[in-house]
Amino acid sequence: MLLNWDLISGAVVLGIFTGGIYALMASGLTLTFGVMDVINVAQGALVILGAYLSYAVEQHLHIDIFLSLLITMPAMFLIGMLLEVAFIRPLKHERTVFSILVTFAIALVIEGILGKIFTTNFVQLGANAWYVNQSFKIGGTYVGYIYLFGFVLAAVLLAGLYLLLYRTRFGFALRATVENRTAAQLIGIDVERVSAITFGIGVSLAAAGGMAFGATQTFDPGSHYDLISRLLAIIILGGMGSLAGAMIASIFMLVVFNVTSVVYSPTWGTVVFFVLLSVVLLVRPQGFLGRAEARRQ
Amino acid sequence: MTHLRPRRVPRLTLAVISLLALLALGWPSSSIFAAHHKGKKAVIKIGVSVSLTGDFSGDGQSILHGYQLWQSFVNHHGGLRGHKVKIIYKDDASSQTQVQTNYASLISNDHVTFTFGPFSSLLTVPASREAARFGYAFPEPAGGGPQVFQSESPLHNVFFVQPAPVVDDFASFAHWILSLPKGKRPKTAAYASEDDPFAHPQVDVARKILTKGHIKNVTPSAGSSHGVIIWPAESPDIQSVALKIAQTHAQVVVLGTTGLPEATGLIKAFIQQHYNPKALTEASGPDQGSLFSKAVGAKNTEGIIVPAGWWAGASTFENKAFVKAYLKKFHGGLGGISQDAAEAFSVGQVVAQAVNKDKVLFPASKANAALIKELHHGRFSSIQGPMKFNKLGEPEGKMFLVQWHHGRALPVYPKNLAVRKPEYPKRKWH
Repeated sequence: MLLNWDLISGAVVLGIFTGGIYALMASGLTLTFGVMDVINVAQGALVILGAYLSYAVEQHLHIDIFLSLLITMPAMFLIGMLLEVAFIRPLKHERTVFSILVTFAIALVIEGILGKIFTTNFVQLGANAWYVNQSFKIGGTYVGYIYLFGFVLAAVLLAGLYLLLYRTRFGFALRATVENRTAAQLIGIDVERVSAITFGIGVSLAAAGGMAFGATQTFDPGSHYDLISRLLAIIILGGMGSLAGAMIASIFMLVVFNVTSVVYSPTWGTVVFFVLLSVVLLVRPQGFLGRAEARRQ
Repeated sequence: MTHLRPRRVPRLTLAVISLLALLALGWPSSSIFAAHHKGKKAVIKIGVSVSLTGDFSGDGQSILHGYQLWQSFVNHHGGLRGHKVKIIYKDDASSQTQVQTNYASLISNDHVTFTFGPFSSLLTVPASREAARFGYAFPEPAGGGPQVFQSESPLHNVFFVQPAPVVDDFASFAHWILSLPKGKRPKTAAYASEDDPFAHPQVDVARKILTKGHIKNVTPSAGSSHGVIIWPAESPDIQSVALKIAQTHAQVVVLGTTGLPEATGLIKAFIQQHYNPKALTEASGPDQGSLFSKAVGAKNTEGIIVPAGWWAGASTFENKAFVKAYLKKFHGGLGGISQDAAEAFSVGQVVAQAVNKDKVLFPASKANAALIKELHHGRFSSIQGPMKFNKLGEPEGKMFLVQWHHGRALPVYPKNLAVRKPEYPKRKWH
């Protein structure tokens, strides 16, 4: 079998760029698990909610979808805080298990509301924007500008989040909460406030991820089902609670899928990824940058 | 040991409990009882399972619109043999198990007289078996894949209300390509399809016809299934499929898409790859009217082909009334009318004609037996044209090709149905 290196390099580049977008969507999921021990299976629905908010801003205010984030991210931050106070905070016992049920219910409610407001027709963001249709040459293939811009957006926001975590007082409080919630409370950190803000940040990152997702493919209120399964696979592979792990795992997943697809078959793309996921978890059950490592990063 | 003395239950309590039990069992709404109401004509309930959520939600909603339009239409024209019709629907979330549960519930709990089918072959296969278990006819608008008809024990109750079996959808496209003058005729073709019982078989038919007609299959052989790239429904990124096809520089591309996301995703990727095939056809997606043109950009729709059994300007039976009713209720232009809705409306038309011939509505068991018999033998008219079914319930007509011309999808092949000449080669992406 002759290998077409142009095709493979194109698949790798696309995998890296698309992986960046997935990392943005998964970052909120891994962050809330790290801080709150909450597995937010509504993250996929929140991503789709973010995409629909950008769609509404684009359609009604005629604002570019990237600029729409100036409206949708703060709005989603508030929604996230509200969700935390109303539904997550009351979970005092068996938080991880119950959070799956509660956030699944939230996902279903979001899907239902979106279906009522926007109908279940598929839509796409920025269908006529130049960067969605135009592309640039890299190696022997072309890549759409939207993938590059989506990747840059992901890199900027995740770098901003890193600075927030490691260069601010809030970040110190947040990391202390990750290390030991009770000890953090004892030294005077308001862990409930930290949790609410963290959940808000996670949800506002979903807004950005949703915009990038919605600009690269059509979506409807039910698109979150496929999405959440991929996001969960990413954070398990990357290491629950690790931001850097989510980034590496996202890129790993997309590159493996794309390269397997172009070299052999798309059917095997998913299979190969999950085989590799199983192998990694056998060797490193905590994922690439599992929790213990993540806390030291 | 303490023995409890049995307590006497007052007669009144017993009567109330019995009444409640009867009500819970569905009396007096049961069709058995309803049939005997003298003087007042019982409402004919028709049960459908539609995908309002999940993967098929876009198409599912259009199917429901079609059924509801037919309900209004038939009631406005005196109902089904004088009985008002009521469509009862349940959401199956695009799930194969839920669709089965829905039909069992519609028949057992809602006591519907007839059942109409859901969207997609994937859901029709289990749903039709469930309906068969109760002896119900299963006329359906959108489940025409070979798996629906070809099994070890073929069903007798399924009727696919479209002009042709799905497996032949791309046959018209392949015949059109081969009908092009030899000098203009393309020399290479590439094929890809979602792993789906609706999409894959029809791509295979096109591949066989074109390969036999000396159009070289340039699909990469590694990992392909008999020269067709197969992608799974849960692919995280359709770009890699597009990349693989684009690298072949095939002049013709045949894509077994099952809905708008893959259809538009592949086209967008081709645009980004500056890949301009001379002819491009997709099984599903370009038939979604304005939803499709909005997603890919109106100018990029030019020249894209989709097999069809209906179009808004057709002079077929009751089509004008359907189009008028659709636009009145859902607004938009002619290009925005979904083919799914037209297919669902046709199901109602065909069943109404069959019932008017067999004249049996009660009880449900006899009504369905008569309907199955009539659908197997009769000829019917619909907004999709004439309908006749073979012994497996497959239609015996042919599909035609619709091509996007200046923002509208119009019939272009075969000649007797065409309102425009087919555009070949397709214009370059805008």
